[in-house]
This record gives sequence, C-alpha cells and structure tokens, in this order.
Amino acid sequence: MLLSELAGITRGGLGGPYRWHGYNALQNRLRQMQEEMQRLVSGERPAAEYPAINLWTNEEEVLLTAELPGVNTEDLDITVVGKTLTLKGARKAEETGENDCCHRRECRYGNFARVIELPYEIEGDKVSAKFDKGILTVTLPRADADKPKKITISTN
Amino acid sequence: MVDTTVDIEKKEAQTTEGVEHTRAVKVYHPAVDIVEKAKEIVLTADMPGVDDKSIDVTLEKNVLTIYGKVDLDVPEKYRASYVEYGVGDYRRSFTLSEEIDRQRIEATVKNGVLKLVLPKAEAVKTKKIEVRAA
Repeated sequence: MLLSELAGITRGGLGGPYRWHGYNALQNRLRQMQEEMQRLVSGERPAAEYPAINLWTNEEEVLLTAELPGVNTEDLDITVVGKTLTLKGARKAEETGENDCCHRRECRYGNFARVIELPYEIEGDKVSAKFDKGILTVTLPRADADKPKKITISTN
Repeated sequence: MVDTTVDIEKKEAQTTEGVEHTRAVKVYHPAVDIVEKAKEIVLTADMPGVDDKSIDVTLEKNVLTIYGKVDLDVPEKYRASYVEYGVGDYRRSFTLSEEIDRQRIEATVKNGVLKLVLPKAEAVKTKKIEVRAA
C-alpha cells in the first residue's frame, strides 16, 4: 500500500492487514460510542436516510439545508406538495479502470431520494433553492392560509 | 462492514496529540476515496462547505494533511428545529511513501469535493515484463 493512514498504524509483515482491520473495527466502535454520548449532550439526531438535513424555522418560513458533496445542480430534483418535500438526486461515480486499485471507498455514489415532512404548509410557488460548495439550501415560505392569525378583541 | 446509519453520519476527527485548536468548532474526518491508477493515485474527499479559498493542503516531510475551513453561518432570525448533521472544519492526514512525485501534486475543488492527483514518481511506475516462449 502506498498510502497508509496516520492512525498509528505501521506497516506490518504478512499479518499486517489483518491486525489493521481488527484495530480499525475497535476504533470505529469506540468512535461510535463517543458520538452517541456527544449526541445525547448536543441534541443532534442521527440521520435515518441520506442526505442528512438540518431545518431552521421561524413563524414565516422554513430553511432546509443538506450536505450533498459532488452532486451537480442538474441532477437535483426538489418537489414540494403541501407539507411534504421530496429531495431526489444522483451522484455520479468517477469511472475506475479495470487495473485500478481502490484503497479507500468511503464516499457515497448513486441515487438517493428522501421525503421530508415539514412543520407547516408551504407556499409552493415561492420556494427557492440554492446550491453552493456542495450544500443545498431551500427556503420554504409558509402558506398564508397556515400562518397564525392575530385576533383582535373588540370591546363594547 | 459498517451499517448504513454510520455511513450517513459525519465522523468527528480524532485530535492528534500536541495539536490544539484555535477555532471553537468541531473538526470532522472527511470521507475519502483513494484509487491507485497506473501512473497516479487519486484521492477524493467529501468536504461540503469548502471551496478553493478555504482549503489547505500541506505536505510536510511525508505527511499529507488536508484541512478545510467551513464558515459557520447560522441563519439569523431562525432557530434550529431539527438537526441531523453538525457543521465544522475538516481535517485528515495521510502518510505518503517516497514513490510520489511531490512537485506535480494537483488539487481541485468542485461542489464541496476535493480531488488530489498524486503522480507516481518515474522510478516506481509498474514495468511490464515480457515473457518470451523459450
């Protein structure tokens, strides 16, 4: 192997790769446990599906952000119906030749689709989306009919 | 193999001993692909939120470090109502062997993905050995 990660692993003899895998599995498990603990503290929830999303809200609109590295804008498809947003897309994998050797394969490729339930009805015509540096931001204005109405009380 | 939930999550980088952060942000371990071709090694790293100006690729002795600075732009007048991923910088290091031609390393960033092309030095390119029938 030409590249070995800086995780405290030295190139071993014949037993090297096997030992390395065992070490890695243990390290992954430890990391997972650490992340779970972290999540309990921060209130972050693990994503059930790809891509992971964050929602920002106020009375007027919802802001949805998703990390989609390597995805092209033309391959992204966003639809909103009522309270439901559907995010579809694809990331094309770079072609690898027959004789190429993969040392690491951690990035995600292929198709994805995710349906997200929003906290309120959306004005479909006013939705805008922006894709920059691999981050998608969708601004979803709340439907007028769904906005809270202030009721004035008349006194006689 | 790792299960799918872990796959979606961003992994936080381990703090290397002796390294202290001056920025109060989380540091993540970007997912990478490393493909070895006949003449070069191609490293692809997913670093959403990073562009050519905020990325730093350094090569010190034989340690290649990729570092991406991500701006924490918390939208104003909104509150986070649902959080699945955290935002922070990226860092990951790799040890290179002597077989890389350091002068010709190329780096490009597109759509939050860093692509590093590490050309192999002339001496180590695989030579095909012809076998003749006797």
